[in-house]
Amino acid sequence: MDDVALVSPTRATDPGPSEVFLVELAEFSGPLDLLLSLIRDEQIDIYDIPIARIAEQFLARISTLKLDEAADYLEMAARLVRIKAQMLLPKREGDDVWDDPRAELVRRLLEYQQVREVVDVLERRSEDRRGRFARAYTQQQIQIPVAGPLTISLPELLSAVDRVLRLARKPHIHDVVPRALDVDGAIGIVRALLSIRAHAHWRDVVPKKAEPWEVLSLLLALLELAKLGELRLAQPRPFAAFEITRDPSSEAA
Amino acid sequence: MTPLAKLLEAALFASAVPVPVDALRAMAKHADDGESTLDSALAELRDHYDTDGHGVELIEVAGGWQILTRPEYTEAIERAQLAARPQRLSAAALETLAIIAYRQPIGRAEIEEIRGVGAGAILKSLHERALIDIVGRGEGLGRPLLYGTTPAFLEQFALRHLEELPRADELAIALRAPRQTPTSVAATKDNGEAPPRAD
Repeated sequence: MDDVALVSPTRATDPGPSEVFLVELAEFSGPLDLLLSLIRDEQIDIYDIPIARIAEQFLARISTLKLDEAADYLEMAARLVRIKAQMLLPKREGDDVWDDPRAELVRRLLEYQQVREVVDVLERRSEDRRGRFARAYTQQQIQIPVAGPLTISLPELLSAVDRVLRLARKPHIHDVVPRALDVDGAIGIVRALLSIRAHAHWRDVVPKKAEPWEVLSLLLALLELAKLGELRLAQPRPFAAFEITRDPSSEAA
Repeated sequence: MTPLAKLLEAALFASAVPVPVDALRAMAKHADDGESTLDSALAELRDHYDTDGHGVELIEVAGGWQILTRPEYTEAIERAQLAARPQRLSAAALETLAIIAYRQPIGRAEIEEIRGVGAGAILKSLHERALIDIVGRGEGLGRPLLYGTTPAFLEQFALRHLEELPRADELAIALRAPRQTPTSVAATKDNGEAPPRAD
């Protein structure tokens, strides 16, 4: 008889990693599957199973399949032998209705057969679905760095440090040069100028391309000298360059 | 096509997974296309793909909608290594899924009782594939974990919702069941070898 033809042809994949010793033959997914296959082979009515014959065949099959170590199959074998023994017991006299020792087995087989029918449906549907492809786009997972022990060698670490240092070697920081205003020096310049000229303009005092500190120093010097009365400042009209005049009274002093 | 149908087409194209109906409805509301409703626009888009001859089609799945390639191009796409069919599940995995789909929320012991084999490794594997999820804890000893199917299950089996699976009473074996009650088979002198029928 042909075992393979009786069972579903699609039994390809491994059910996955298992932590238990798992007996799964290519042909049978369990003792009920094997039993059902025997029943179909012999074209037996499931409601009227010749237990002795089936039990013998079941035992023969599991020994040829090297299944005799599998507890699940052995348990079924024991169950069959027990049912066989119960069938041999004479029925009690006066009993009209006999409790068939096979009843529980039949119930389980029918239930299992239903499962197999559903499996056929599932197999058809999954085969149909397997032949159709969806768009394969998968969203890029943003990798969130997880805190864990570093797995990095010393050379890797050093070269990483080197990269960082090379990037950070020239920090562009503005240099602040402390330069105090030289008001005294500016006063000297103005006095020297006024010693040779009675009148001067702002632009005569301030050198071309003067630094801001020089401009400020000269301005403060002029104001200081004006306060001291050594000179007078005058602006003929708004925004005009102001004129510097030697104070005649100071000259007199 | 109406503006809404075009908008939905763009939205469905942009998504790699089925777009939930709620999200589409929100978009339709925002677009405020007076002439078409969400349903009419989806129907329009589906007809557009079906009648004008397109390489893709519009599928309703897992409470949403999705644009998928047509099955006749599977092999060419796989040969070009643009996409690959996912692995098939083993029979044991499919049986376990079938049981969970019908009996959820269901614990491991009940699954093992129906299948007659241990289910731990398979449950773990199905959970890793996100086809099932832990949906609660049962009463009783040890408060066992209870499993249920996920939207990914619906998607992988091209189901719009769980009700699309055949109802238990639609399964062939269930229809045959009441023919004879196995518990009340008439007494026979049985030696275990092909007892006479009860009829």
